[in-house]
Order: sequence, then structure tokens, then C-alpha cells
Amino acid sequence: MADQVPIEKGLFTWPSEDPRLIGSRCLDCNAVVFPAQSGCPRCAGDNTQVKELGTRGTLWTWTIQGYPPKSPPFEGDIDNFEPFGVGYVEIHDEVKVETRLTTANLDELQIGMEMELSFVPLYQDSDGNDVITFAFAPCEA
Amino acid sequence: MSKPEVAIVGIGMHPFGRTPGVSGQDQGVYAVREALKDAGVEWKDIQFAFGGSQAAGHPDTMVSKLGLTGLQFINVANGCATGGSALFSAANTIASGAFDLGIAIGYDKHERGAFRIKTKEQGLGDWYGKQGLALTTQFFGMKINRYMENHDISHNTLAKISAKAFRNAEHNENAWRRQPISEEQILESDMLSYPLTKFMFCSPAEGGVALILAKADQAHKYTDTPVYLNAAVVRSRRWGSFEVMAPWIALEDSVGPTVDTSKAAFEMAGIGPDDIDVAQLQDTEAGAEIMHMAENGFCVHGEQERMIQQGETEISGRLPINTDGGCLANGEPVGASGLRQVHENVLQLRGGAGKRQVPNDPKVAYTHVYGAPGISGVTILSR
Repeated sequence: MADQVPIEKGLFTWPSEDPRLIGSRCLDCNAVVFPAQSGCPRCAGDNTQVKELGTRGTLWTWTIQGYPPKSPPFEGDIDNFEPFGVGYVEIHDEVKVETRLTTANLDELQIGMEMELSFVPLYQDSDGNDVITFAFAPCEA
Repeated sequence: MSKPEVAIVGIGMHPFGRTPGVSGQDQGVYAVREALKDAGVEWKDIQFAFGGSQAAGHPDTMVSKLGLTGLQFINVANGCATGGSALFSAANTIASGAFDLGIAIGYDKHERGAFRIKTKEQGLGDWYGKQGLALTTQFFGMKINRYMENHDISHNTLAKISAKAFRNAEHNENAWRRQPISEEQILESDMLSYPLTKFMFCSPAEGGVALILAKADQAHKYTDTPVYLNAAVVRSRRWGSFEVMAPWIALEDSVGPTVDTSKAAFEMAGIGPDDIDVAQLQDTEAGAEIMHMAENGFCVHGEQERMIQQGETEISGRLPINTDGGCLANGEPVGASGLRQVHENVLQLRGGAGKRQVPNDPKVAYTHVYGAPGISGVTILSR
């Protein structure tokens, strides 16, 4: 079985027991952003700290990517392209995160619905590893 | 209205669309020569230039074709607001008193298909593009999807925007897509990014525009029909706004840069939205035109549904919008796109727009662009 590797180091804590996205929080004004960064875009200070984000939120908006993105930069399968969902999930009291969605079925997507973080294989890199990234999934009813 | 310091005394344009065998820069050179003819001046009379092109080479190299006169030539690059930024820079150069006569130039030639985003240039990690998030089209789909839900905008209204664009462009020899398309065809074309279909999106394209600017009190030396620049404003995003190429958005919602830019422009001109007779609003897709109507102050959120259904933004309507077919029918050569809007408004204010001339004897006109990573540019023109 192929090894699994994260799409980028420092973006999330997968693989781990309770994998989370890694953002940052401003210690002066409490603003949260994702991914983590050294400066605060809200108060223009530079007193930020890494923060693991919550794993649940509500769907703020969404679309479905209906055509294959250009490659590069896209690394997914262009030849057998499958539309995928994209949205912003508002993680409670933290930040809205742009994310792939685990469904591309518009009947399953509704603004305001509860979503939870998951991790999915996206493509194989040149070494044959499965590249893993984050995607939000509708919560089980 | 405020007393303008700068006038547009010459305009030139190379048709938008696809022109195989003609480089982007040669399209820019063509536009410059047309503008010189229009103003009745020669290249050697031009004291300074600001030029913008995203994908077709450095504009200042065009002096080897236009003439090595030693003029001050500055390249500008500011995403979709490149043209607006060139105009802003040229106008303020004249207003400052540094020079009396100059030119703003924009041209481009993009590859086919959606814009290929270089994530590093947008200040983003490679992961963003690798996993298929670096697409301007997704942002537009997500912004209008939420807007439609919050403000009761119908799918048919989206289609009406596109249908209007192609219908207006039928009478514009410089436009790219000049074949009217029915609302049904628009709605039934491929769904590219829900709720937006293929014919609701503009495409990256080619073209060039040049505008010659002079001190307002000297404008009549060059033309009987000067058009005055009452405001030119460019702004970037603030905390809480929802923008293209954003891996995250703040928890608190605030207005986008278009709202700030528009307010500043109206303040600078000393007038309000009710004083505008014709407007060119960034319509990179049908939803953008709808949202930008409200963001620029021309209606309250949600009022667009009735306005568009009743034809108020048609050429014959109360507030004609995107009279030359906009980005939807012209395509978007990034460097030139904002200047195209100004070119169209100059024609409309001169009464020279032919079959697409707005019939309300326009005196004041408005342009607006929006682009990555959250930037907007507005101009207000008058005669």
C-alpha cells in the first residue's frame, strides 16, 4: 500500500489522533486566520500564536467546480475529472475556512448546514505516495 | 460637482477578442496610434506614459515601435485594476503639475481558458493550487450563491444579465462576442461553477486601449468634446471582506473594496449615484454585475431583481449598465479591461456610440473594476 503524505507541512496536524487545521490567533486582538501567519491582518500587529482550529462549523457558502482546473497548479486527475464541491465553513467563534467538500451533489448542500472536518486522499505524487488534504463533510444527521 | 483638473482628449482601441498573429503589444501600439489621431497629436508630443499588461510583456518596451522620444514611461501592474491604476497614475501626474499631456495604455493577450493562477504571486502556498482552489471562477460562484440566497435573486436574472451583454455587443464593432444568445441557451449551457453557467462567465482575451490625458484648462486645444475626469480612485480590501483567492475569511463580515472605492469616488466628484447617467460595472460574470450594482450605491441589496426584470439597466433604461457588452461580451484582457470601460464612457458622453448610444443625453458616467486579491477601481467622468 502506498504511503500517505500531507499536501503541505504545517497546514494541519494529520496524521494524529485528533487531526486539526493549524491557524494562528492574534494575542492582542484575538483575530484568527488560516493558515498560520506571523502578522495580524486585523490590528496590524505581529504578536500571533499558532492555534489548532475547531473541527466543526456551518457551511457559509459553496459552489461546485464543474470543469478541470488548469494544471499546473492543479494536481488532481484531469483526464478523468470529477466535479468537486468547494465552500467556506465558518468554524464556530474562529474563522471561515475555504475548503474542498466531500460531496459535489448540490442537493446535499445547503448554506447554514453543519459540517465537520475530514481528511481525504487527493492524488498520487511522483513518488507514488497518496497525498492527503482536508475536506469538510456534511455532519451525519 | 467638483472642478476637474484633468480631461481625456483622445481615445483609441484595438478590438477585443482573439487576433491571431498580432502580439498583445502590437494591439497596444495600434490603440496608441488611434488615440493620437483622435487627439490630433503626435507621439513626440506625449510627455509621459503609464502602461499595464499582465501577460503580454513590459509596456515600456513599446517605445521602440512608437518612437524613442525619451519620455517618462512607467509600467503598472495591479491585477484586474491595472488599467484603472494606469489611469489613476496618469491623472494624478497631470493634477500634480508635473506634466501637461500624457497617456494611459493597457493591453494584453491571455492563453485560452480560465486564468492560470500562480499561487506564489498571490502570496499563497502551493497546496492551494494543487488541491484545486486557485480559481477565480469558484469565488464568483460562491459569492453569488450566498447573495442569491440572502437577497432573493433568481437564476433567470443571472441569464438576463448575460443576454443583455451579448445584445449590447451586437452594436459594438470592437467587441468579441456579438451574437445574441437567448436566456434559455444561457441557463442550459455547461454549469461551470454553480450557479454560474458557461455563458454567464467572461473569458480572458486580447485587446488594447489607450487614453490621452491633458490638463483640463488646455483640453480645447485638442478636442471640441473633452471629457473630464472628476474622480479616479483605487482601494484594497479591509478586514472582514470576502475576496477572490482567500483561503480564509474573518468571522466578522464587512463591506468589500468596491464599496469603499465607490464612496470615495462620489465624495471626490461631489455627486451621488443618482447623478450617474451611464455606468460600466465589472461583470466578469453575470452575478458580479448584479452585486456590483448595489456595492457601487446604485440600489439597495435585492432591488436588482426588479430592476433587471423591468429592464432598467438596458441601453434604453433608467440606468444603462455595460453598454458595450462589458467583460461578458468583450472578454478580459487584464491590462486593458478597465480602460475599455472608460473608452466606452467617453464615446457615450461624446454622443458617438452609434447604435448603442444611450438616449438620455448622458452628462455623467461611471466605471468600476474589481479583482484579486480584493482591489477595486472607480472613475467618474463628465462633459
